[in-house]
Amino acid sequence: MTLETLIRLGVLPMLCLAIVLAFVRLLRGPQLPDRVVALDLLTSLLLGLIVSLAIYDEKPIMMDVALVLALVSFIGTIGFARYLEIRAWPGPKS
Amino acid sequence: MAWSEVLTVVLLVPGAALMLIGAIGAIRLQDTYLRMSATSKAATLGVVLMLAAGAVHFGDMGTSTRAVATMLFMLLTAPVAAHMIGRAAYLAGEPLWVGTRTDDLKGMYEEDSLELASPEQRVPDPTVPDASARVAEKG
Repeated sequence: MTLETLIRLGVLPMLCLAIVLAFVRLLRGPQLPDRVVALDLLTSLLLGLIVSLAIYDEKPIMMDVALVLALVSFIGTIGFARYLEIRAWPGPKS
Repeated sequence: MAWSEVLTVVLLVPGAALMLIGAIGAIRLQDTYLRMSATSKAATLGVVLMLAAGAVHFGDMGTSTRAVATMLFMLLTAPVAAHMIGRAAYLAGEPLWVGTRTDDLKGMYEEDSLELASPEQRVPDPTVPDASARVAEKG
């Protein structure tokens, strides 16, 4: 069994199932923090998918994509968290 | 199979399995905080393992350095992001699961500045049982 077969039959189905589960959580909510957590999980899963596709296709350039996606996902999560916090508590009452 | 290929498989498959476990936790656990603990620990470790598999598989210096940099970045930023979402969810009044036994943050945020206050600094509220009181009750 080669590495390509293992990725095609083992790793990619696991990641795709995980992405479907994360999408279910993203759609079901029930609140905005749950959706933000699901989006964070989705970007992590996408990172794993990109790395496994890089290994599958022998394309080392895809690792750069993974690095950029990690940076963007962190900024996005921080932005969502700040927005949630400001929406929950706009400022001092006095 | 070369040893690097064996190491790639050993890192890649548990990484994907951990990410699947994190996604199952995100769908099955009861409240936001429990789901966040699944996604921020299991899924992050899964990503780091898969990036390590990429670093081992592409043996050249440039790609492996980028993969290791991404691993370090994920390990540094995942706890920060999870902490910020958790704090925002708690301040937004996201309910805890009914089976939650302790809430050590209850009554600990100052009303007017949202800063955490240590128990020594604040006047104890007799209606809110704090953590030290619970420990004293247990003996």
